[in-house]
Amino acid sequence: MSEHGADCAIEMRGISKSFGSVVANERVDLEVRDGEIHALLGENGAGKSTLMNMLAGIYRPDTGTIRIRGEEVHFATPADSIKRGIGMIHQHFKLVEVMTATDNIALGMRAQKPASGARSSAGADTDATTAGAGAGAGDAPAATADDNAGLTGPFLNRAKLAERIRAVSDRYGLDIDPNKKIYEMSVGEKQTLEIMKVLMRGARILIMDEPTAVLTPQEIKRLFAIVRSMRDDGCAVVIITHKLNEVMEVSDRVTVLRRGVSVGTVETRGVALPTLIEMVVGRSVDLSIQRPSYTPPPDAPETSEPLLRLDAVSVTDKDKKAALDGVSFDLAAGEILGVAGVAGSGQKELCEVIAGLTRASGGRIFFEGDNILGKTPRDIMRLGIRIGFIPEDRLGMGLVASMDLVENLMLKDYRKYAGPLLRRAPSVEKAERIVERLDILTPSIHTPVSQLSGGNIQKVLLGREIDSDPRVLITAYPVRGLDIGASYRIYDLLNEQKMAGVGIVFIGEDLDVLLELCDRIVVLCGGAVTGIVDARRVGKEELGFLMTGGQTEGTGRDAA
Amino acid sequence: MSALSSLTSRLPFALVKRPTMSTRAQVLARIAAVVLSIVFASLVLLLFSLNPIQVFATIIKGSLGTKMRIQQTVVKAIPLTITSLGILVAFKMKFWNIGGEGQIVMGALGATVVALHFPETLPAPVMLVSMAAAAMICGGIWALIPAAFKARYGTNETIFTLMMNYLAIKFVTYLQYGPWRDPNSAGFPKIPPYPDNAVLPRLFGVHIGWVIALVLVAAVWLFLNHTKKGFEISVVGESLPTARYAGMNISRVILVAMAVSGGLCGLVGMIQTSAIEKTLTYGIGGGYGFTAIITAWLSRLNAIVVLFVCIAFAMLLQGAAFLQLQLQVPASVAEIVQGAILFFVLGSEFFLNYRIGRRRAAAAGGDGIGTNAEVDA
Amino acid sequence: MIAFFAAAVIAATPLLFATLGELLTEKSGSLNLGVEGMMLIGAVIGFVTGYSTGSAVLALIGAFVAGAAGGLIFAVVTVTLRANQVVTGLTLTIFGGGVARFLGDDLIGLSVPLSVQAVFKPVAIPLLSAIPALGPIFFKQDIFVYLGYLCVVLVAIYLYRTRTGLNMRAVGENTAAADAAGIPVTLHKYVHICLGGGLCGLGGAYLALVTVPMWQADVVNGRGWIAVALVIFASWNPIKAFLGSYLFGGLSILGLRLQSAGIHISQYLVDLFPYLACIVIVVISTHKNRKEDLPPANLSVPYFREER
Repeated sequence: MSEHGADCAIEMRGISKSFGSVVANERVDLEVRDGEIHALLGENGAGKSTLMNMLAGIYRPDTGTIRIRGEEVHFATPADSIKRGIGMIHQHFKLVEVMTATDNIALGMRAQKPASGARSSAGADTDATTAGAGAGAGDAPAATADDNAGLTGPFLNRAKLAERIRAVSDRYGLDIDPNKKIYEMSVGEKQTLEIMKVLMRGARILIMDEPTAVLTPQEIKRLFAIVRSMRDDGCAVVIITHKLNEVMEVSDRVTVLRRGVSVGTVETRGVALPTLIEMVVGRSVDLSIQRPSYTPPPDAPETSEPLLRLDAVSVTDKDKKAALDGVSFDLAAGEILGVAGVAGSGQKELCEVIAGLTRASGGRIFFEGDNILGKTPRDIMRLGIRIGFIPEDRLGMGLVASMDLVENLMLKDYRKYAGPLLRRAPSVEKAERIVERLDILTPSIHTPVSQLSGGNIQKVLLGREIDSDPRVLITAYPVRGLDIGASYRIYDLLNEQKMAGVGIVFIGEDLDVLLELCDRIVVLCGGAVTGIVDARRVGKEELGFLMTGGQTEGTGRDAA
Repeated sequence: MSALSSLTSRLPFALVKRPTMSTRAQVLARIAAVVLSIVFASLVLLLFSLNPIQVFATIIKGSLGTKMRIQQTVVKAIPLTITSLGILVAFKMKFWNIGGEGQIVMGALGATVVALHFPETLPAPVMLVSMAAAAMICGGIWALIPAAFKARYGTNETIFTLMMNYLAIKFVTYLQYGPWRDPNSAGFPKIPPYPDNAVLPRLFGVHIGWVIALVLVAAVWLFLNHTKKGFEISVVGESLPTARYAGMNISRVILVAMAVSGGLCGLVGMIQTSAIEKTLTYGIGGGYGFTAIITAWLSRLNAIVVLFVCIAFAMLLQGAAFLQLQLQVPASVAEIVQGAILFFVLGSEFFLNYRIGRRRAAAAGGDGIGTNAEVDA
Repeated sequence: MIAFFAAAVIAATPLLFATLGELLTEKSGSLNLGVEGMMLIGAVIGFVTGYSTGSAVLALIGAFVAGAAGGLIFAVVTVTLRANQVVTGLTLTIFGGGVARFLGDDLIGLSVPLSVQAVFKPVAIPLLSAIPALGPIFFKQDIFVYLGYLCVVLVAIYLYRTRTGLNMRAVGENTAAADAAGIPVTLHKYVHICLGGGLCGLGGAYLALVTVPMWQADVVNGRGWIAVALVIFASWNPIKAFLGSYLFGGLSILGLRLQSAGIHISQYLVDLFPYLACIVIVVISTHKNRKEDLPPANLSVPYFREER
């Protein structure tokens, strides 16, 4: 294997890592070359991020060896990894909110020898590779390191740093305002800044963890252009993703991980999509999502009122900005209404204002004709209005992490019984029923929910809400972090509810899922509705266009 | 730094988060922590050229040696237990009530107003119950003030409750040296003594505060584990968003919990004035409000365990007082030992959640390959 | 009036040291409620060292090291062993009280040696002390007061103009981000907790050596807690901490002034004043809207890199 070492930017062999009793990686091998975009593909929980975090010095492998350009390395801290010219852009950005772009770039900056260090250690072969990568581009990191001189003294030199940022911005076509605070930035800007951080450190190995998860289709195009230009500069780029179409679009080679084990590495050009799917899931599966049509039962009373109607609902956030701006839409019984939008476009506020958790600054919300705006969750329960809510932050809002299943199932109905005493017995029964019905894997119903896997935690939450027999179900990112099997189980459960006549609001981030699962899609941008479209008749491009503020015209427009 | 980190990267050990331990193992780990802290305290004592064995033997003798000493230990355990119960209710909600001392003092003030102004002819039970009620109301109000600000504005309760201690103590000092000073006390700045009907009766040689303490242990346990309010307090303590999501009225939960917390501390003020001092003094809190923070935390916020931890601490306090008489060792040794025990027990939590794991053997194999690479280069 | 303000400066100086110390600690992400304890340890060690050696310099070094040692205990228990910071801080306060009583009980009533007192005699700074009003208030003080001014300036430069200061603030704001940027997180926390403890120790020493040059059991008397409140009041900004400390110094001696001005109000009631003011400050400080005025985002959040 050491004969490969020469043109290998990264070589990982037999890497294993476990957390407590959970095995995240088991003897994983990975090779990434300079000048390639390498996709690391796998479902949620397959161990992709864990593997890359070991490369970034965040985790330490239990066993196995890592070589960078042929030389074995042991990273104890992220600093060790940075010194080797590795830059990782984490799924959750590592930025300090109250600081400016400049200050965030200055963080941890040190006297730089990473690029040259990595090079000299790899010997003559690497130099040849770099030279071959393209004239003019090959000397880029060295220039960066030199220019960082004067930025590493004891005092901050913000003016010089801002100058450097502009220089690098111009070269890669990145758009960054050095003096903007992070909390004023959009998700896209934050990601650009993360890329800038990595470039400023002169990194030659770039790892991106699910970089497209929060971007619109247009932003994704721009990101891929930047990534390709870095590849053409001779950098090694690893993109972690669970989206097959992105793998096909951008990568040169792809390594597939399944349940912590590497299934294999293939040239993207030579592989067919079904083969890739089978590598990811382990069996050939049909990845299409069902969309059954709801027909109201014949004995249902004829009513002209929709189940839920929002009329010009507005919410003002802590910073006095409009988080929701005159949002109006209807939800019918037996409908799944998708909500699409860039992260932070008002999705959270929309859920919470319907559930009574956030105060609205204006508008009306009708539940079967009655205005429920301004009612607290408690009022809503007391009025017998059955709205189920699966919040985005399952362990932070929907459940109490340290409490067991029984206590978590009590959360919403412990008041039902008279008297000051708490009655556990009915909830024990309910816990057993839900565990049985949704096949929840748990040691016992008295296990703290924090010890369950993500999919099972979600099932506990969904199980509780479904058990309360809701008329409306609001779900925020219900499959986030779940593997394919668990995700499809959740889709099935939602469709089951839909067919029982429940109106479902589905906040999603994966446009493909939204388009396949939902009946209609509301698109939010900056808290305002930019379009309500028929999911059967709209394309991804148009959704992306609406998500960034364009108004609907033509095809997908839904009259209802 | 980099030399250090490259060194640690080669160590065969790593810190690993461990799955939850069995209850038995947890108990054992805590006992180990207490033993270690005693060893540490012994080292401190040696540092001051004191014989630790002699010191600890004296503490045991001083707290359990004779019937009278046992009674004295119980007398100290009573206020500590009840105050700890009060603190525990607040801590369960992650409301850092460190105003127990002030709540005790205000409770004592409330009891004293009743004791000195209600007729001396009143039957003792009526008098005592009125005093207890007044004490609990005053202690409760003293706790409700910071609680109301926390509930309404989110004001930091730690500093607020702490400052309320100083307000209570300074105010009673003012009364003691000023308007309430007993003109018949021969120049001493004292508040007049309680009438006989305001003194708690005794049972088995100790005032009946011990019965009250035992009843309250059971009551608080029941309240926290088997009532709706207790459940709400736990949920509010674990996660405010979840409490809101579940439709709980958070402000009300905070107010109820703090009224209970302050009320219990206030009752301690009544017991201490009525049974021990037989009047109000500014020092009536006796530091129990602070020690209770330690005992409440040591018992992992479990009302039953509080009882046993408080008895152990009462032994330490009583023993230290005896120590001062016997060996002329300052009683403040007890405070140092208490602090040391808690530092160790706090630190031991770490070993319940993490373990130092051995890296798997293949790391050594990795080194072998590394050698090959060097040969190749 | 000038005498009053000059006295306020003296009353403010121990608060200033403790506030700056706690500010450094909190900026690096740790909420150490043991300020009172560290001040007590600093006070008693400073006094004992000064008393036995007659050297002011050794007394200051002793107080700083003692306060830092208190901080070190806190750092080991909360940073390395990840214990609850609130409870650990409270324990440190109780522990510090025990240490001060243990070492100090035999010293009650003893005076600071004259050789030490002489070092802390007021020194007029040429030119500056000639400024009308401000001169006698701020520039006819002892060297300890001047050291306080210096600390404010140094801390402000350190936090906002140096790279280490920036890195340290990043640790307090977003520990995971700082770690990923290669900043040694644990080292930063240890250093700043100990540095903060040292400053608290100096604050305690000022009380024992200068304010009343005689050992008293309750020498700190809640000032540590006031310092914790002042950090909130100051929005974690050293310049505002300076203003807050001086405002409070004035408040704490207001009673004496009122009495000498012929307003008769019981000394015991006047004693309530600083504590009441402290509560008012904490209540007012809750209403902050600017993101820059909020506490460090990761304050008192334990960090474990391999958390999943």
